[in-house]
Amino acid sequence: MPARAFVGVVLSLIVAFTAGCGGGDEGGGSRTINWYVFSEPGGAYDAAVATCNKQAKGAYKIKYVRLPTDANQQRELLVRRLAAEDSSIDVIGMDVIWTAEFAQAKWIKPWTGANERAATEGKLKGPLRSVEYKDQIWAIPFTSNTQLLWYRKDKVKTPPKTWDQMIDQAVKLKTSIEVQGRQYEGLTVWVNSLIASAGGQIVDEDGNVKVDGTTKQAAEVIKRLADEAPPPGLTTNAEDEARLGFESGRSAFQINYPFIYPSAAEVKDPKDFQKKIGWARWPGVKEGTPSRPPLGGINLGVSAYSEKPDLAFRAARCLAQPKNQIVATEKGGLPPTTESLYDDKAIKKVYPFGDLIAESLEDAAPRPINPAYSDISLAIQKTFHPETDIDPDGIQSKLENRLDKAADGKIF
Amino acid sequence: MEATTATKQDQPQPKVTDRKKAERKLAYMLCAPAVTLMILVTGFPIAYAFYLSLQRYDLRFPDDKEFVGLSNYVDVLTSQTWWSDVAVTLFITVVSVSIELVLGMLIALVMHRAIFGRGPVRAATLIPYGIVTVVAAFTWKYAFDPTSGFVTSLPLVPDDYAPLSDQPGSLLIIILAEVWKTTPFMALLLLAGLALVPDELHEAAKVDGASAVQRFFRITIPLMKPAILVAVLFRTLDAFRLFDSAFIIQPGGANGTETVSILGYNVLINRVNQGLGSAISILIFIAVILIAVFFVKALGTSTAQQRGEEPA
Repeated sequence: MPARAFVGVVLSLIVAFTAGCGGGDEGGGSRTINWYVFSEPGGAYDAAVATCNKQAKGAYKIKYVRLPTDANQQRELLVRRLAAEDSSIDVIGMDVIWTAEFAQAKWIKPWTGANERAATEGKLKGPLRSVEYKDQIWAIPFTSNTQLLWYRKDKVKTPPKTWDQMIDQAVKLKTSIEVQGRQYEGLTVWVNSLIASAGGQIVDEDGNVKVDGTTKQAAEVIKRLADEAPPPGLTTNAEDEARLGFESGRSAFQINYPFIYPSAAEVKDPKDFQKKIGWARWPGVKEGTPSRPPLGGINLGVSAYSEKPDLAFRAARCLAQPKNQIVATEKGGLPPTTESLYDDKAIKKVYPFGDLIAESLEDAAPRPINPAYSDISLAIQKTFHPETDIDPDGIQSKLENRLDKAADGKIF
Repeated sequence: MEATTATKQDQPQPKVTDRKKAERKLAYMLCAPAVTLMILVTGFPIAYAFYLSLQRYDLRFPDDKEFVGLSNYVDVLTSQTWWSDVAVTLFITVVSVSIELVLGMLIALVMHRAIFGRGPVRAATLIPYGIVTVVAAFTWKYAFDPTSGFVTSLPLVPDDYAPLSDQPGSLLIIILAEVWKTTPFMALLLLAGLALVPDELHEAAKVDGASAVQRFFRITIPLMKPAILVAVLFRTLDAFRLFDSAFIIQPGGANGTETVSILGYNVLINRVNQGLGSAISILIFIAVILIAVFFVKALGTSTAQQRGEEPA
């Protein structure tokens, strides 16, 4: 009897499992458009989906498939599915750094004709640059992102213009500087903007390694920060640890995305914490030379394996419309990609620093545009981590060595 | 030794009767489903991984796929990355298994000797083993995080204590998490070994005036040797392939905690380099086989010794 019961349980599990698999295919019904994008906690993407489903009047129905918030994990999930030619993905919420990789692997469709016009019209230069690869447009810019320098107005009188000034001030105030020092994409963001601000480049558009003396300058800034004004856990902190550290009062400076501003309104102690926060442009490396702030954001691409690409293009255009961008700013703190929206009243209200964001995005330094971007990023991360052990004199050859190995598909 | 006994058995029966033949056929047929299943679920993936490891094959550049022979293996085996990761992995393995063996033995003795509350004692010991590894790893990570953890707010601990910021601290916490999680497993296997030691031997030794320590090292340990070797073998194989808790505690193998499995993951899943990644997987597989062979050899001789001693 127990044996038979066991077989029964196994059989029912198999039935349930296969039925479950079959259930997944229901999402592929003729008018359902599956949108794979990170799980946006503020509800902005839910609102965008609802708006578009209403506007579509039954022509299509967008289903929001939530991916993890970590960019590396999103990419891993998507790459695995796309490499297996999964037809259940229609619209992809792509991090700005994936365009070259996905386009080169032929996982996404190019935007042409009216679609191309809709994707490019009125967009800011930075986000627009992130959807171009080999003279074609591969996605429509939806939300953008960049980092600002956030500081405590009650402690800092004049915001620093360069990293060196900021470290000097932090040492004087006996405080620390919150940055993203964990070995992950955020470290690449930091390093890339430092090198760009110093006037350098890591990899050019044809994939040639362009590492030069600016690598050492970037390394010197990072090493100095790690030695003189590090927050606890510098080498393991990501965006959220930096936010928490700043909110706890241990640091008077923070380099981070604008999501920290709405979050600051929730802080109970000290009172009116949000009002104590000042903002300035991402610090430069050389005095007198404007910085090149980071560029982030989400573009919407259409999967090459989608069974209804026409509907998918329509859905993507609908999702990226200005109305949804405003909602994304209000609910998710995500900056718009359409230039004219920075004059919009609703945006001005939630984004007192809107002009600074627009200016930063205009001058932002994109991360290397290259199909092997993830290898390049991993090479940068491994070279600059842990920050406490950086040797600025030897770093250029180390980075070159790893980038060469990455380009050859070798281990590093 | 086994070979000689086998030939001895074969010699007296040179011809096989029809009945024997039929029985043998039946035996093969009864085994067939299991063997087929094994080939499907283990043999095929291994063979496929080996095939991939001989290719230059990056999922992002499918057009560049070509046969490259053993060059992926050469690349891995001549790289500094691979050998430093092997060193890290071996360090974690040796340290955590040693601690687990000692702690597991102590816990097994307690469970074995517990006079009252045997059930609750055994259940309580097993709780860490029952907790999902990823959950446990997150708990350890957050406990020591200077921003959100409780450890820095404990007395005697400096406020900016951040062990995960450097290699020694990170390795320490990974080992702690491993030990905390898998000591119960070790204890359970050792408990089974303890149960095999006959009480009469202990009583006889007691009569002869042997102390508790002498009895433990002269009677319990030798008789438990097979159980100890099995426990250590299982744990060593597991620890060498360590992935989940290290991956959570230091994402991406940061701060010098990259184990060979995490290296394989980085190459295979992050860089989607199927050729190079498969070569790493096959090398890990070979390393695991070597460890297993080493232990089975040791295990084989010890059980043979025991069998040899029994008649005397």
